[in-house]
Amino acid sequence: MTTYAMVIDTITCIGCGDCVVACKTENKVPEGLNRDWVVEATSGEYPNLHTEFRSERCNHCSHATCVYACPTGASHYWKDTNIVLVAAEKCTGCKACIAACPYDARLIMRPEGYIDKCTFCHHRVDDGLDPACVASCPTHCMHFGMLDNPDSIVSRLLRERRHKALLPETGNEPNVYYLL
Amino acid sequence: MIEEVLVTARHNPKIDPSLGIWTWEISVYLFLGGMTAGIMLFAAWAMLTRKQEVLAFAHDRFALWAPIALSLGMTTLFLDLEHKLYVWRFYTSFEPTSPMSWGAWILVLVYPVMILQTLSTLRRGYPTLAGWLERIPVGGWVMDLSENWRRTIAALAIPLAVGLGIYTGVLLSALSARPFWSSGALGPLFLVSGMSTAAVIPVMVSRLKGERHFFETTDVGLIFLEVVLVSIFLISLATGAAYHLEALDLVMGGPFTEAFWLWFVVPGLLVPMVLAFLGLRGYRSFGLLASVLVLYGGFMLRYLMVEIGQVSTWTDYAVQFDPQLLERLTQ
Repeated sequence: MTTYAMVIDTITCIGCGDCVVACKTENKVPEGLNRDWVVEATSGEYPNLHTEFRSERCNHCSHATCVYACPTGASHYWKDTNIVLVAAEKCTGCKACIAACPYDARLIMRPEGYIDKCTFCHHRVDDGLDPACVASCPTHCMHFGMLDNPDSIVSRLLRERRHKALLPETGNEPNVYYLL
Repeated sequence: MIEEVLVTARHNPKIDPSLGIWTWEISVYLFLGGMTAGIMLFAAWAMLTRKQEVLAFAHDRFALWAPIALSLGMTTLFLDLEHKLYVWRFYTSFEPTSPMSWGAWILVLVYPVMILQTLSTLRRGYPTLAGWLERIPVGGWVMDLSENWRRTIAALAIPLAVGLGIYTGVLLSALSARPFWSSGALGPLFLVSGMSTAAVIPVMVSRLKGERHFFETTDVGLIFLEVVLVSIFLISLATGAAYHLEALDLVMGGPFTEAFWLWFVVPGLLVPMVLAFLGLRGYRSFGLLASVLVLYGGFMLRYLMVEIGQVSTWTDYAVQFDPQLLERLTQ
């Protein structure tokens, strides 16, 4: 399996929300629905507080519980990669995948009745481009690439910088990383 | 202290502010699915032990209730699907890692056995209905066949019914992303609860005092077992990880405490157990009231499990976005 990853620098992210707008525009996401979002996380005790911004989306897990929970095979891995897609023509709208996602990231029930989600813009990836959110980030805090390639930007950043993934204890093996 | 706030607009329907994907349709399906399993088990048991005199209702008339209950449940399940025209997709593949796929295929096995189980008792239990069926060309032949193989059919019905009853619980407990459902006790609990809700039907409708007494006694035992399983379920959460403890808090001081204890455990388990016990002592009205409360408790168990499970989560965002603001902008 080829593993694609997204690496987001929480130091240089300013929480502007351009990634959210870019996603909605690129993927024609219906009004009122979002495939990605930005979280402002504050931790510590006053006055020693620490704030980080995180652009979040589907983690395209290597062990995606949503894929395993799908009763029809509509949720699947794209072309032997970790990119999780939903085949609309197989989706019954049973919502098992939504319940199965520990990140609550399979977020969209389209008006037509099938599940929609972040695709890592696989149509752009197919053309050798970055996902729209990464390409539009004004502070260049978002990076995308193949983890299997040791020379890729994501592999290099994860080698050189302190980082975390969200809720690794779920066992889902998420592939969106945050630089600290 | 850690506070996580969504700073961009996210108010996806059925997801925010907390998961609300499954509502009464799923609760009704789980309730009727469990009841179907119980009906099949008791009807099969009466058949295999040749109790046609003592348990006349269970032996001859109970089996017909199973396809009615399950078909109603399947209807509400269908209503829950968002992409209804694609329902046939359940049967174009078998996904071994998906409990829902297992459930879909278990139903394919359950339905024919359940129908044959009904047909094997139709002439004795519902002669008018059997008379109508005789007029259909193969109707009489199928009933003959079912009657000749009725003990084999009953023997087949038992493992299938157990599978159906347990599956209704496993469907939820397999979803580890919802900590409140992460307990192996849910499968057995839903099976026992399903048997309990089935057992009260003969208590309410059987004309034989002995049969009513038998099922009242059985039900007292089943309710007691259910209390034990609910306790094991709560203990399994209490001995779990931090997420399980947070999920447990929802019913131990949290927002669902009153609903769980005052609207389910007390009126749906403890009161009917006492009333059923009094019913055994000869107070028939207590027995009838206990039966109604058992049905209520069986439904409340599913309803609350589905509701509370969806609220329990691994993520903990405060959603700042107010969708009404967007509506004002677009007006």
